[in-house]
Amino acid sequence: MFPELNNLLNITPDRAEQGKLTLLCDAKTDGSFLVHHFLSFYLKANCKVCFVALIQSFSHYNIVGQKLGVSLTAARECGQLVFLEGLKSSVDVFFRAQAEPHPLQFLREADAGNLQPLYEFVREALKPVDDGQAAWRCPVLLVDDLSVLLSLGLGAVAVLDFIHYCRVAVCWERKGNIVALAHDSGDGEDKENDILLNGLSHQSHLILRAEGLATGFCRDVHGQLRILWRTPSQPTAQRDGSLTYQYKIQDKSVSFFAKGMSPAVL
Amino acid sequence: MAAVATCGTGAGSTGSVVATTSENNVTSFQRKGPRASGTDSGCSRLVSIAGTRPSVRNGQLLVSTGLPALDQLLGGGLAVGTVLLIEEDKYNIYSSLLFKYFLAEGIINGHTLLVASAKEDPADILQELPAPLLDDNYKKDLDEDICNHQTPDSNIKMKIAWRYQLLPKMEQSGPVSSSRFGHYYDASKRMPRELIETSKWHGFFFPEKLSSTLNKEPCSLTHGYRRLLQFIQKVIYEEGFDGSNPQKKQKNILRIGIQNLGSPLWGDDICCTENCDNSHSLTKFLYVLRGLLRTSLSACIITMPTHLIQNKAIIARVTNLSDTVVGLESFIGSERETNPLYKDYHGLIHIRQIPRLNNLIYDVSDVKDLAFKLKRKLFTIEWVQDNYLRQERNIYPPGFSYLLKQKDSAWGEGSLQHSTFLMSFLAKATAFASRLVRHSEPLKQTGSGRILQAAGPRLWHDGRRQAAPGLLAVPP
Repeated sequence: MFPELNNLLNITPDRAEQGKLTLLCDAKTDGSFLVHHFLSFYLKANCKVCFVALIQSFSHYNIVGQKLGVSLTAARECGQLVFLEGLKSSVDVFFRAQAEPHPLQFLREADAGNLQPLYEFVREALKPVDDGQAAWRCPVLLVDDLSVLLSLGLGAVAVLDFIHYCRVAVCWERKGNIVALAHDSGDGEDKENDILLNGLSHQSHLILRAEGLATGFCRDVHGQLRILWRTPSQPTAQRDGSLTYQYKIQDKSVSFFAKGMSPAVL
Repeated sequence: MAAVATCGTGAGSTGSVVATTSENNVTSFQRKGPRASGTDSGCSRLVSIAGTRPSVRNGQLLVSTGLPALDQLLGGGLAVGTVLLIEEDKYNIYSSLLFKYFLAEGIINGHTLLVASAKEDPADILQELPAPLLDDNYKKDLDEDICNHQTPDSNIKMKIAWRYQLLPKMEQSGPVSSSRFGHYYDASKRMPRELIETSKWHGFFFPEKLSSTLNKEPCSLTHGYRRLLQFIQKVIYEEGFDGSNPQKKQKNILRIGIQNLGSPLWGDDICCTENCDNSHSLTKFLYVLRGLLRTSLSACIITMPTHLIQNKAIIARVTNLSDTVVGLESFIGSERETNPLYKDYHGLIHIRQIPRLNNLIYDVSDVKDLAFKLKRKLFTIEWVQDNYLRQERNIYPPGFSYLLKQKDSAWGEGSLQHSTFLMSFLAKATAFASRLVRHSEPLKQTGSGRILQAAGPRLWHDGRRQAAPGLLAVPP
């Protein structure tokens, strides 16, 4: 986790909020550093995490996690982390017919399927274990990322349904959190993606948007992060707070600064 | 796996150190290797494979793309287990050349090849691979280019060692096992047949596979993609590249090359219409292919005619699903062919995406404006800005005011340095131009003489503002 981002969001591992949906969004840049942040944050906060990793392999997250101070292999062994590795499982699902429904069953289906097997997997993974073991704090679902589900043949409505069911099961029943990453194409070319992103933005409590700089590539400032706090249940009650920072990603951390205040410039 | 985890924290602090062969440092040097083999993955000693080297940043195993210049731009090479997507240029001239360089590099290093095409027979593709330039030949060719007039001297030199002149030239009959990473190729010569015949390769020619009947359950992948995936999976499993086959212990790299993926010859219609039936076919193929690659010792190059894809959303999705994306834009037929700015070059090369593997950061070169040219034998990539500046001086004469458009520059990507360079050199141009301001005494040349003394405060030398030609009006 990045301590500077914790300060900006005003959260600490001891005092994590509950029942929140956080949307991570990236436009014209790579927002995966936010996924690494939340993964290590919730593992350090002693929460039970279910990570649906559809884009990269386990070793990738593990190595970056080690740089940030958590060990995914240890967490997986003691049961704190349930890891669904999308790439490896997709090969199994695609080439061999599975006996029982696999979470990625939609890969074998001809027309647009639904994500019910995946939802069952998540619910099973975050089920409270009551056999006297060390109880974890609130359950957390982490998805990286949702836009790839659209590339795999699902409709935006199916993905929104999945998130809705997960919100009921995780956020409302178990008072847990959901963090999901979605890409923003920005030009309005990808209509399905826009539907997905709009739907998610309206449901989420916190939106972190990583954008590339409007002027193009810069060596010292890698992008801009916009933080938006929302209260979806009362849309007109109070004004949503929003902050904008620019960031530079380093080997083991990310440094944030106000716009135009990059240390390279000052 | 527990033992690996505990020593991982200790070795993790050293980060990207190149691993020794001791078992303790395995985790700091994570190869995208066979994770499926549970038996010996815990203590897999790092046997070095020919033609690979670890990345200095994160210990990732890299293979060469066949072009040392492109290797450098991609941060050392192509990571094993990833996909390199080449967005084809309009007439598929230079992208097929890059495709052939990749395959030729595989033959030189002794890697196994898998060539898939719907247009050409893989055997024909392999016959047309460029010949490698071995070290002494390469230097000799370079010298030939530079000093052609020195042949009488070289004849004299030959006299001393004339006995050696009579010996036949040593043709390498086996694979050229040089320890270099990345070789140069001569695009005008063909690779010797002996090298191709000693190499191991698998070919997938789609029209040949069309005839066999389809007996699988319906899936949204088009027929061609599904057959190709099954073929790749069969080769990976049977040759043991993913470590799951107990009979075969493979310690070699599989280089996969897929040509013109997405074109109608594969049975896909994303290049024909905007609203196609199977719009998810290509993206699903890429996803499952990536899954196959991540769990095996292989690297893949795909050339795709993205300029033909009608639905722009698919291009964005394809880019997100590939690891490294390089776009080629040739000047043939465009108005840039006659532009004096680009007279030395054949096209532009855009590095659109580089993956961040096992790391938060990645090696990105600061240079964004790259052009390539195919000289008589070599394919070189250069930063075009030097030439640009030299030419720009003629295009932007002093004495006029200019509006500098920052975004959507000539290369379609507003770059901060691009505009900064232009501004700084325009500033120099105005300084140069303002020396034409009439002063009471001639200016002395100071400094290096490259920039003559700027007008500066001398503009107000005699209390009245002199004219700065064109840029500002003379106050009345």
